[in-house]
Amino acid sequence: MSFLGFLKPKKRKKIVKSDQDRGILVFEHTSEVIRAESVLKESGWEIRVMGPPPEIQTGCDLVIEFPLIEELNILRTLQNAGIVPKDTVPVSSPLLHPVNLFQIKDFGRYLMVRAANMKLTVEKETLNIVNVSGGGCPDVPYLAQEMVGKSLLSAPNPRQIGHTLCGYALQLAYEEMLKQCSQ
Amino acid sequence: MLAIIGTVPDQKFPITAGEISLKNDIICIQDKQVHVNRGTPALLAAAVKTGEVLGQSGFFGYLVGDIGLGEGSRRLYKYLAENFGRSDFSSIAFHYLQPDVDWHNRVLFAIEEMAERPILIADAGFMYAAKMSGQAASYDLFTPDVGELAFLADEEAPHPFYTRGFILQDEKRVPDLIKRAYKHNNGSRFLLVKGEKDYLADKDGIKATVDSPACEAMEAIGGTGDTLTGIAAALIESKMEISNAAIVAAKVNRLAGYYARPTPATQVIEIIEQIPRALKEILLEKAVLTK
Repeated sequence: MSFLGFLKPKKRKKIVKSDQDRGILVFEHTSEVIRAESVLKESGWEIRVMGPPPEIQTGCDLVIEFPLIEELNILRTLQNAGIVPKDTVPVSSPLLHPVNLFQIKDFGRYLMVRAANMKLTVEKETLNIVNVSGGGCPDVPYLAQEMVGKSLLSAPNPRQIGHTLCGYALQLAYEEMLKQCSQ
Repeated sequence: MLAIIGTVPDQKFPITAGEISLKNDIICIQDKQVHVNRGTPALLAAAVKTGEVLGQSGFFGYLVGDIGLGEGSRRLYKYLAENFGRSDFSSIAFHYLQPDVDWHNRVLFAIEEMAERPILIADAGFMYAAKMSGQAASYDLFTPDVGELAFLADEEAPHPFYTRGFILQDEKRVPDLIKRAYKHNNGSRFLLVKGEKDYLADKDGIKATVDSPACEAMEAIGGTGDTLTGIAAALIESKMEISNAAIVAAKVNRLAGYYARPTPATQVIEIIEQIPRALKEILLEKAVLTK
C-alpha cells in the first residue's frame, strides 16, 4: 500500500437491500385485504399491498407485506379489528412455517418446555413460572418481567402482551406447558 | 473502550449513553438505574464484574427502552448510525435490539467510518439482523444457543421461529449445524455456541469444547447466555485473543453457575455474583498451566 493510502476514502461495501425481515399476510378475500390495509396503516405499520408470490397457491390475488419480526403484534391488531388472515409466511421463503417441535425437559420439581429459541420453566406443584430463557427480541426481557413469579394460570400470556416472533415462540411453549401440566 | 448496546424492558426509558456501573443488582447509567434481571442489563453486569477482576472500568453503554414494539430499537439504531462514525471504541457488543435489516446495515456502514475497525460481538436480536442481512462475516464473535445456531444454519430462515423442521435443534447435531452455518456464510469469524457442551468454532471447524462443570439447570435460567456474552466481551476488551477469551468465558460462566448452586428457579443475578470468584480461579488455573 502506498504511504498515502490512508488518505483514500474508505470503500463502502455495497449491501443489497434484503427482504429477509419481511412477511406476507395471506387472506381469503380481497375485501379483507383492503380492510386489513387500512387498519394496519391507521395503526402506523409500514406495510404494502402486493401480488402474491408464485409459491402461494391459495387465497386471493392480493397479499400484504409487513415487518415479520412484529408478527404477534400485527396479528393481535388485526384480530382486534375482527380480521383473521388465512396464513402468515416469510417473504424470503413463503413455504416456511413456524417450528412445531417442542422439547420437554423434566427436572423433577420443575418442567421446562422449549419451542424454537424460547424456554419456559414451571414449578410442577405450584404451577408458578420460575424462569423464561432464550430468545433475542426485546419483548423477551419484558415478558419474563411480567410472567416470572406468577402462576401459569393467571400470568399474562405472551399472546396478550408479546409483540414479536420470540413472543410468538414463547406463546407456543406456554400452550404446550398448559397441555403438559393438565395431563 | 468497550461499548455495549441493547434495550431495557421499560418503554419510557430514553436513549441513554454513558459509562456503566453496578451497585448490588442495579445497573447505573447517567442518572438512570436498571434492575439486573436478564437481557442487556445482565450482559452489562457480567461485563462489569469481569472488568472488576481485570482492573477495567468505564465500559460504555447505549441503552433504550423497548418492550418488543421496535420503536425504541429503531430510535437507537438511528442514533448509532448518526454518531458511531465519530467514536473510537475498540470493541462493541450488540445485544437485544429489534431485528431490523435496514437499520442494521446503516449501523454497520457507520462502523466502517470509524478510524479503526473495532472488534464486533453480536448476540440476541442484533445477531438475528446480522444473519438476515447476509453480513455475518463482518462480525468477530456470535454467541448463539443451539436453537439460534439452527437458525444460522438454515440459510432460508428469517428468525429462529421459522427454522425448518429438518434442521434439528439437537445438541448432537451442533458440529453439523456449525458446518452448515459457515457453508452458507452465516457464521461470524468465531462462533461460541452455548449448550450442554459449549463449542468454539471458526470456518475451519470446531476449535475447542467446554463441558464442565455441568449444571443442567443452567439451561432453564434466563440470562445465562447474556452473562456469557458479557464475560467474553470484557475479556476481549482486556486484549485477550478472541478465541482464548471465548473459551475462558465459557469456563467462567459454567463455574459461576456451579458456585451459585443453581436450580431451574435460580435468577441470573445469583450467578453474576459468583463471576469474580470463578474468573480468578480460571485465570489462576490458566497461569499455572502456562508456567
